[in-house]
Amino acid sequence: MPRIGVFVCQCGNNIAATVDTKKVAGEMSKLPGVVYTCDYKFMCSSPGQEMLRNAIKDNKLDSIIVSACSPHMHEKTFRKAAEAAGLNPYKCEITNIREQCSWVHHDSTKKAGTIKSIDLTRMTIERLKKNKPLKKIKIPVKKRGLVIGGGIAGIQAALDMADGGIEVVLVEKEPSIGGNMARLSETFPTMDCSQCILTPKMVEAELHENITLYTYSEIVKVEGYIGNFRVQIRKKARYVNEDLCTGCGECIEKCPFKTESAFEMGLAKRKVIYTPFPQSVPNIPVRDAPNCPKIQKDKCGACALVCGPKCIDFKQVDKIVTEEFGAIVVATGYQLMPNERFGEYGYGRIKDVINGMQFERLASSSGPTGGEIRRPSDGRVPQSVVFIQCVGSRDEKKGVSYCSKVCCMYTAKHTMLYSHKVHGGQSYVFYMDIRSGGKRYEEFVRRAIERDGAMYLRGRVSRVYEKDGKVVVQGADTLSGSQVEIEADMVVLATAIVSRDGADSLAQKLGIGCDKYKFYNEYHPKLRPVETVTAGIFLAGTCMGPMDIPDSVAQGSAAASKALALFSASEMTREPITALVNKTTCNACWDCVIACPYSAIEKDGVKNRQGTVVRRLAKVNDGVCQGCGVCVAACRSKSIDLAGYTDEQVFAAINAF
Amino acid sequence: MKIPYYPGCTLNTFAKGFDSSARQSAQTLGFELSELKQWNCCGAAFPLTPDNVMGLTAPAKVLANASKDGAEVMTLCSVCYNVLKRTNKVIRDHRERRRVINGFIEEDYDGSLSVIHYLEVLRDKIGFDKVTAAVKRPLKGVKTACYYGCMLLRPFEDMGIDKAEAPVIFEDLMKSLGAEPVEFPNKIECCGAHLAMNNEDVVTRLSGNVMKSAVGMGADIIVTSCPLCQYNLEKSQARVEAETPGYKGVPIVYFTQLLGYALGQDVEGLGFGESKWDARELLKGKVTA
Ligand SMILES: Cc1cc2nc3c(=O)[nH]c(=O)nc-3n(C[C@H](O)[C@H](O)[C@H](O)COP(=O)(O)OP(=O)(O)OC[C@H]3O[C@@H](n4cnc5c(N)ncnc54)[C@H](O)[C@@H]3O)c2cc1C
Ligand code: SF4
Ligand code: SF4
Repeated sequence: MPRIGVFVCQCGNNIAATVDTKKVAGEMSKLPGVVYTCDYKFMCSSPGQEMLRNAIKDNKLDSIIVSACSPHMHEKTFRKAAEAAGLNPYKCEITNIREQCSWVHHDSTKKAGTIKSIDLTRMTIERLKKNKPLKKIKIPVKKRGLVIGGGIAGIQAALDMADGGIEVVLVEKEPSIGGNMARLSETFPTMDCSQCILTPKMVEAELHENITLYTYSEIVKVEGYIGNFRVQIRKKARYVNEDLCTGCGECIEKCPFKTESAFEMGLAKRKVIYTPFPQSVPNIPVRDAPNCPKIQKDKCGACALVCGPKCIDFKQVDKIVTEEFGAIVVATGYQLMPNERFGEYGYGRIKDVINGMQFERLASSSGPTGGEIRRPSDGRVPQSVVFIQCVGSRDEKKGVSYCSKVCCMYTAKHTMLYSHKVHGGQSYVFYMDIRSGGKRYEEFVRRAIERDGAMYLRGRVSRVYEKDGKVVVQGADTLSGSQVEIEADMVVLATAIVSRDGADSLAQKLGIGCDKYKFYNEYHPKLRPVETVTAGIFLAGTCMGPMDIPDSVAQGSAAASKALALFSASEMTREPITALVNKTTCNACWDCVIACPYSAIEKDGVKNRQGTVVRRLAKVNDGVCQGCGVCVAACRSKSIDLAGYTDEQVFAAINAF
Repeated sequence: MKIPYYPGCTLNTFAKGFDSSARQSAQTLGFELSELKQWNCCGAAFPLTPDNVMGLTAPAKVLANASKDGAEVMTLCSVCYNVLKRTNKVIRDHRERRRVINGFIEEDYDGSLSVIHYLEVLRDKIGFDKVTAAVKRPLKGVKTACYYGCMLLRPFEDMGIDKAEAPVIFEDLMKSLGAEPVEFPNKIECCGAHLAMNNEDVVTRLSGNVMKSAVGMGADIIVTSCPLCQYNLEKSQARVEAETPGYKGVPIVYFTQLLGYALGQDVEGLGFGESKWDARELLKGKVTA
């Protein structure tokens, strides 16, 4: 006979107002197997827990029930208390008589509430009788971190993890780390030069003993689970031997062919063998194979002739490596919405209509004009520039519904940079609202307007067209209620920040969620902002949505600290609520394999002594199983059960009703 | 190739030249406009409230009849094109409205027709390169302003003939004829449309803006695919000329008329109406062949 104890909580008046707790306890004491009952004002208080512990010891209880609030609130508390008194924690069950009973009853005679509480508690007692002691699952943790994406967010995450003593692999798909920040000229609100604050971090990442950089690489496949991910990474052929290359740049110098530079966003050309920008990390050139005549038709080969250490390798092929990690930080960043969608602004047709990132390149001292603001069509210094904000942002019809968050700020920055570089030049800004929430941000915008003389016009632009070498902008000034027409020399569009092409396929590989704009979803927008629903995978930076550098860096650090917490022990424990396969009845139909949303079930086999597989059957991976129970419902031969929620337990509870 | 053709009222009355030049050009290019056996007015305006089903019955009847003649129907007038294409979409996409409309017109039409424009036939079925090959009198040096107006392009998710904000189909056609299209800012702006009936001032101002911007960019001639635009522009031009110092009027014609001319058809058969700004003189002066 079991020795069960029942503890009924009054929760002050929360439960006691509509439930007669004394009566519930009294009724329960009549049931076979129940040897101790009581009710108490606050079971979760210290004296309440102590009472529970003592009752277990004094009455030699082998299992207990606490009828109180939702198990989400205090299941942990009471299981701990039970464990302290020598019980297996899974021999403690909670009956929810608050959220699901007392709170939904208003009857001060306590009749309905009491009857329901008695029913619920009785059901739990019968269920508890079938409870088996369970053991927490321990899984080993591989103490290595993977960071995907080498923008500022990813670099920060890698550095913090590495400083914490963890080996980190940083995978970047471009030939250099740095991301979008490497393109920026100066940065709001302090106007420090982007390269000057970024490159030290890039170099630190390159030289850090705990960091391995895989640039020009991409993720092929991700398997496994928290603490134990197996990741296949494709290292794309650079056609340059990375181990030998000294980064002298001779090959780039001598390469006779040029093509469009993606880094300069169409404003300049680069060689076919190239590094994206002078401060690239690593400083090892990459061959743009589709444009290289040597690769395509076996002509040229100038680079191989001049390379001292003989590292040019025309036969190099992609390499796939498989590595193991305990945690993954995803920091794949953003891109700008293709402006071609906005025909009314003439982007793509009118040369002197550019986007914000192109303006950054014009203003950057390492950019195609050496930091002089010169317009793309004829290289003249524009005497007037119109900036148009919210191009695609906050525009459900043609663009995206959200605010891109940083464009108000960088447009103010652009007007300042422009007025500092072109004395006497006039800038105009068409805006919908000015959103400058952030430390010293509003002051920054005021400075652009008041000190640097940017003319802010509240309204939208309807059309941009070319006339006699000018770019004419027609729009509305809604504050004065008039139509305006400005003959400018150049137009800059603050285009919406959107997710990267391919963000969704990476999400699929990782098993994380994304929203309708393909930005990655955090576990909880307020309380778990850098975690994903998949344990062990964390997020940082603009892959989650538009944000500025300070926020991206903060998130990089936050994601790293989450990973470091995981790495702080060599094993992690998990709740043992996982699926169990009955090996004798499983007939290998694989319905569960298809049903499992977490890919936690493998097709396994039983081998004989000779090592040949004699039977096939399903095997649940405890590390991955989330205990959702979908497979239990899917299995036609009833060969899967959920520990802690077996059919036997559930039916016992139902039958007791 | 025979293409079921819905001319619409205006092309049967006021814009006969649009119709005849289109038919002749089709013949030269190897296709035939086969007029629907039975058709009525398209209603000339797409109702702006979703519950105005009555306003959809006239175009629905046209479509239902057209569906008996083939799988597609082609139009020339921008307004007809707009009304028919949008009505067709409503019938196709909204089950309940389809049921009500069919009840009214006593038909059982499901919206499966494809409504196309003559320009699309030239671009997608014939090909502009084929058009070029058929040109006998290249329009060299003729600076054409391609005036789209509203109806051909908008709303862009319904019309889809070209990019609503930066269309090129007209210009591409003009280039294939050897002409020099000029970019002008007002090419997709409104001419004033039906306000012609009750507010001439507005029409004169809006049509005036279109013409001034086209001529300001160096246009010799304005081409359109809309009888209403053609009417409004032509009608306003005298006043614009009188009120705008330095403005000299230009011919306002249908694209099919230039097409027919370039394909070598007899000028007199192209239906250029009597006008103070006669396209024939301009063409004679510029094009020698
Ligand atoms: C015009 C403009 C001006 C701005 N000015 C400022 C400013 O003055 N101050 C400020 O605070 N913020 C500014 N910002 C915002 C700033 O650019 C971002 O906050 C910051 O760059 C975000 O960094 P990130 O690491 O999240 O993303 P990114 O910089 O986009 O980095 C992501 C990295 O991941 C890599 N990657 C992507 N996908 C994969 C993949 N599948 N596998 C491997 N690698 C991948 C990319 O190549 C890239 O290197 C500006 C933004 C714009 C558009
Ligand atoms: S020449 Fe050779 S060593 Fe120098 S950068 Fe090129 S590949 Fe590297
Ligand atoms: S940050 Fe400013 S410019 Fe950018 S979308 Fe938001 S409101 Fe528009």
